[in-house]
Amino acid sequence: MKFGARSVMLRCKKQPASLRHDGMTSTQMTHSLDHVDLFGASLTVARTLIAAAVVFLTIVAAGATEPLEFKIGYLRVEKPRVAISLVAVPAENNGVAGAQAAINDNNTTGKFLDQHFTLDDVKLKEGEDPAAAAAALADRGVSIVLADLPPDALLRAADAGHARGQVFFNVGAPDERLRENDCRANVIHTAPSRAMLADALAQYLVWKQWKRWFLVVGSHEPDKLYADALRRAATRFGAKIVGEKVFEDTGGSRRSDTGVVQVQRQIPVFTQQLPAYDVLVAADESEVFAGYLPYRTWDPRPVAGSAGLVPTSWDASNDQWGATQMQDRFIREFKRPMTALDMQAWTAMRMIGESAAHKRVNDPKALLEFIKSADFALAAFKGQKLTLRDWNLQLRQPILLTDGRTIVSVSPQEGFLHQFSELDTLGYDRSESKCKLQ
Amino acid sequence: MQAAVSLLLGVAIGLGVTLPAHAYMAYVSNEKGNTITVIDTDKLQAVRTIKVGQRPRGIELTKDGNFVLVAVGDDDTIQMIDTKSGEVVSTLPSGADPELFTQDPTGNLLYVANENDNTVTVIDMPKRARLGEVQVGVEPEGMGISPDGKTLVATSETTNMAHFIDVDTRKIVANVLVDARPRFVAFKPDGSELWVSSEVGGTVSVIDPHTHQVTKKITFAIPGLRSEAIQPVGISITRDGKTAFVALGPANRVAVIDTNTHEVTKYLLVGQRVWHTAFTPDERYLLTTNGVSNDVSVIDVASLKVIKSIQVGELPWGVAISQK
Repeated sequence: MKFGARSVMLRCKKQPASLRHDGMTSTQMTHSLDHVDLFGASLTVARTLIAAAVVFLTIVAAGATEPLEFKIGYLRVEKPRVAISLVAVPAENNGVAGAQAAINDNNTTGKFLDQHFTLDDVKLKEGEDPAAAAAALADRGVSIVLADLPPDALLRAADAGHARGQVFFNVGAPDERLRENDCRANVIHTAPSRAMLADALAQYLVWKQWKRWFLVVGSHEPDKLYADALRRAATRFGAKIVGEKVFEDTGGSRRSDTGVVQVQRQIPVFTQQLPAYDVLVAADESEVFAGYLPYRTWDPRPVAGSAGLVPTSWDASNDQWGATQMQDRFIREFKRPMTALDMQAWTAMRMIGESAAHKRVNDPKALLEFIKSADFALAAFKGQKLTLRDWNLQLRQPILLTDGRTIVSVSPQEGFLHQFSELDTLGYDRSESKCKLQ
Repeated sequence: MQAAVSLLLGVAIGLGVTLPAHAYMAYVSNEKGNTITVIDTDKLQAVRTIKVGQRPRGIELTKDGNFVLVAVGDDDTIQMIDTKSGEVVSTLPSGADPELFTQDPTGNLLYVANENDNTVTVIDMPKRARLGEVQVGVEPEGMGISPDGKTLVATSETTNMAHFIDVDTRKIVANVLVDARPRFVAFKPDGSELWVSSEVGGTVSVIDPHTHQVTKKITFAIPGLRSEAIQPVGISITRDGKTAFVALGPANRVAVIDTNTHEVTKYLLVGQRVWHTAFTPDERYLLTTNGVSNDVSVIDVASLKVIKSIQVGELPWGVAISQK
């Protein structure tokens, strides 16, 4: 029951207050009926009122006097904007710009369907409660939220939003647990998981016959989780990790006036006397060391993982499958290249736009049902349709392998077969998943 | 091959048919090679290569048959090739990044999809001048015009719609939602149906051009292939309106469809990553461009068999065949 909410409020002032609530679930509806009863109006009268309102609203919607409004939230946290490479330092609007780009695309489509999309961007400060932020969004009539949050914060927001009927799109967190033991029925993941990224890289390295990996792992938690995914991928696809080493983060800045003199000496020493290996694989999500590895290793070996050949959902160099248009319109609008986080947010917003175009309602439940159905397919410049894994609400997607200048390859690689979709060779498959959606 | 040609000649003479003085010529745009390969469709041989601008894709002959028009997207123009000299002689103000275009039945107006600007550009052909534009959805691509010349259709790849445009008023009269990434449109010759291929959605939507309703969605299933690999793009429908051929991209097949039942009757194995198709004017052959295998497959329309592949330039994309 969620037609153009604004027109409802203008025209149905005599309805019980709770009926005007934008994020109402069916249980709340029953509750509000009891509420009406307490105030003396009979249940029948209330039902008639509702039925009349529904008919009226349908007419209003069909009359298309006002577009159907979709207010989409974007929840994010202040993050340190660091990168080893100066050209890779994320912009302040990293991610949210992708959401805005898709809002623009949705609104171009919306012109023809009488639909209009707006973005409500919320940036949490240190210590602010994501649950309260989600509730505040619900109060403003926002029932669909794109979240670029760390896993615990995302779960807090999603669980708070559950009671208000909110649906979340995880656009940033690659954590496996959000798709496994901690999966939620109201959280869709457009960000690929670490396992998907690691599997995509592993398939290519194995295809290339670079099967002996030496693994270098950062000392932060996300680095260790990425290393776990890489170890799993090696086992899955027949690569061998011949040795491992931890690169301790001793602190310090990424840039200095003294320059790279020390790095040039440190890295060869760090990679000296390793067992024979084909490729150096780095797990460094924290941007501490991996960027310094290529061309500096003791042995002349390629680097992959967090530097060198990087698995990612998007790269500004992707120009295949019509991606040039996407890159052009992004650069025109935001004056910077489009990142993976931008693409993950764009994809989420386009999933919303695409389901809204088909279902023609502003009801997160109905839109989520459509996104999960066999009728749903999203075009996102990846050369094939993207669909949703119904067991954990993870978006199936090919993974690009880039050296930052060109797309070297795209996984899944030829020959890695699957009985349902080759895309399910990336990440945890249905039979391996521990997710129980609730 | 020579034996086959002699045999063909023999049959032709035997039947008392005179061979045309000029053979039909097929023009194949090679997206990466920046060239057009010219194929003699009697000999089924490449006879010439023409250098054109950057990233040639959409290709058609003018209605008078005097020029080949080829959209060279990375040069933001449409080049005109003189069919007699085989030289690029002029360009058209197509707007940015042209890919596909269509001509009205008189050949006086050309409509071009500009993917980057969400517009369709209208060009006056005799004057070779830009007349105006129509705003459509995100990333317009497929372009078609109804046989009566009154309705222009543009598909937008990210909006996922077929936009019906009145050619007189240049206003959109209807928007029909189809499956993901609609790339190509074809009217049935009698104008009773519009077919729209959705590359990523993997379907062909059949639309009633009068009611603007999707009346049928054609799906494809090929044993041993995942649904993601089936990506319909180019469509060719025979003049009698009975049979349609749909190129299925990385499925490396062309689907043959009975237009009455809308059922697939056969899948023909062609080269890799088949993009577009075109009939010879006698509808004896259907040529397909195969992007990955750098060749053109020749389908014998009567027997529904692939009889030959012809090597062309790098990454062939579009194909157009002269009518005389």
